[in-house]
Amino acid sequence: MSVLIYIENPNGHIKKSGFEVATYGAKLASSMGTNAIGLILGSATNAGDLGKCGLSKVLQANGLPTNEFDAQSYSHVIAQIAKDHQANVVILSNTANGKALTGRLAIKMEAGSVSGANALPDLSDGFSVTKSVYSGKAIVKYKINTKNKVISVMGNSLQPDMSGQAIDVEQITVTAPTTKLKVLERKTSDGIVPLPEAELVVSAGRGMKGPENWGIIEELATALGATTACSRPVADADWRPHHEHVGQTGVAIRPNLYIAAGISGAIQHLAGVNNSKVIVVINKDPEAPFFKAADYGVVGDLFEVVPRLTAAVKKFKHA
Amino acid sequence: MNLLVCISKTPDTTAKISFKADDTEYNSDGVTFILNPYDEWYALVRAIELTEQNGGNVTVINVGPATNDIIIRKALAIGANDAVRIDTDASDAFTVASNIANYAKTKNFDIIFLGKETIDYNGSEVGAMIAELMDLPYVSYASKLDVQSALSTVTREIEGGEEVCQVEGSFVLSAAKGMAEQRIPNMKGIMMAKNKPLEVIAPMSGDVRVSTQKFVLPPAKSGVKLIDAENMDELVRLLHEEAKVI
Ligand SMILES: Cc1cc2nc3c(=O)[nH]c(=O)nc-3n(C[C@H](O)[C@H](O)[C@H](O)COP(=O)(O)OP(=O)(O)OC[C@H]3O[C@@H](n4cnc5c(N)ncnc54)[C@H](O)[C@@H]3O)c2cc1C
Ligand SMILES: Nc1ncnc2c1ncn2[C@@H]1O[C@H](COP(=O)(O)O)[C@@H](O)[C@H]1O
Repeated sequence: MSVLIYIENPNGHIKKSGFEVATYGAKLASSMGTNAIGLILGSATNAGDLGKCGLSKVLQANGLPTNEFDAQSYSHVIAQIAKDHQANVVILSNTANGKALTGRLAIKMEAGSVSGANALPDLSDGFSVTKSVYSGKAIVKYKINTKNKVISVMGNSLQPDMSGQAIDVEQITVTAPTTKLKVLERKTSDGIVPLPEAELVVSAGRGMKGPENWGIIEELATALGATTACSRPVADADWRPHHEHVGQTGVAIRPNLYIAAGISGAIQHLAGVNNSKVIVVINKDPEAPFFKAADYGVVGDLFEVVPRLTAAVKKFKHA
Repeated sequence: MNLLVCISKTPDTTAKISFKADDTEYNSDGVTFILNPYDEWYALVRAIELTEQNGGNVTVINVGPATNDIIIRKALAIGANDAVRIDTDASDAFTVASNIANYAKTKNFDIIFLGKETIDYNGSEVGAMIAELMDLPYVSYASKLDVQSALSTVTREIEGGEEVCQVEGSFVLSAAKGMAEQRIPNMKGIMMAKNKPLEVIAPMSGDVRVSTQKFVLPPAKSGVKLIDAENMDELVRLLHEEAKVI
């Protein structure tokens, strides 16, 4: 028996979300009294650091084309390695790729699966996992009834624990099945933390009046080291790129801090952000519904408040 | 083109969320149900557009009880040609996926469409399961799809960006925003939908791999703390010292 953790290595580097799932898998394995094995497909400059999370082994599988994600071939390889190492639990990140793999692996392993777990499993009565449902309006506890289990873990669900020792990465070679899917092109905005992983997010809505005014939002985000987001009408009007749209029909996020300026707080918007740890709302209308979901509120004109907040953040960072 | 669109029923986006039966079941009293937005706006409409351009047939499929017929009729009113309902409770993703795959196996669909997720369970699992059960490629979170005979070009969302891929032959796709524009059914569509075929099929038997133990509501916010708009130093201090997020 063991727990296998598939860790993504976009562009040959493991990100914080990768160390989160490694920590999740290591903690789960230790409460199950078994070993945690990390798996990366292709190389990663910081793969050895996975050992610090408490993994007893880190495997690097070579033989798959890198940066050519195909759920069919990837799940084939992961399931094969799970079998070779008698892993009956597989842990993944709940990223776009992780979600595409979770269901496939569940079928291959005849496993019950939960996608988007928000905490470590409860082993006190079988094997239960909690996750957020109804677009953040409720939390459900699922019981997995099968011997094998596949779980994808929502970003920011736990802090990576890297107090252990780095370990040597074990190289293995795999043969991937031929595939009917080819990745032609990948476009990512470099240097910026993608929204689903961001710990700090600055978001703005229709109160901004137009795309030309976004400079003040970007300055606040830069001062904080935050990622920018927006409400749906803003993305629909092409004021901002679509991948910034958060909410029920956009990206669901759970950062530590969500600052919303000029967003009314419609229920569909809240659905994507109400799992944030702390919410700050800046709105000139004291009756805006968003204040009910906020921890801190500023009633005022965002065109004055946001630059003032940016200045205060800069002052704090330099103090 | 022979296309299949998987559709599900979810509470309206503004529905109140509460539970019954010792917090093990969703309380649907007084709740309006809708066709899951991703299935309706993006998956279904793009499938209809493709058959409008290239000819063919769009079948919609739902796993659920007879009370789901209302959303199936809506999909037919929007423009699907025929419908199938597999008469069982959608108890978990595996139940839904295995029943759909079992039906689709013999029908030679060119593309099987799903929404990127249901807005109640937020699982994003069914599509990947169907693809695996049928040994087909799977492209999730697709925001654009073009089909040139046996070659499809799909744009899919990934963390902080997008990816363009090419797929050969049949495949399974989950649709996200950008794929198509919502269509409101017109009177003619609604009338025609009444006479379109809706086949009801008995489910296959299978075990429930994942069962619901309990629902809980997230802890309520303790109330907003208002900060003077002139005093942003105070907000920064609170975020640092009290909330400890910066
Ligand atoms: C099925 C469905 C799904 C949806 N999904 C989403 C989703 O995923 N995400 C999403 O965001 N929306 C979604 N919506 C839309 C949602 O209902 C709202 O319409 C939308 O969130 C409103 O965007 P907004 O807050 O930017 O604009 P508005 O509602 O117009 O609010 C603008 C706010 O800015 C404030 N303001 C104006 N000027 C200033 C100023 N100078 N200073 C400070 N404040 C100012 C106003 O007081 C107001 O509160 C969905 C709707 C439906 C029906
Ligand atoms: N009961 C169902 N019947 C048919 N299709 C479904 C059903 N439930 C989910 N789906 C499809 O699977 C997609 C993903 O659902 P989920 O995995 O629950 O997020 C949905 O957008 C639908 O296209």
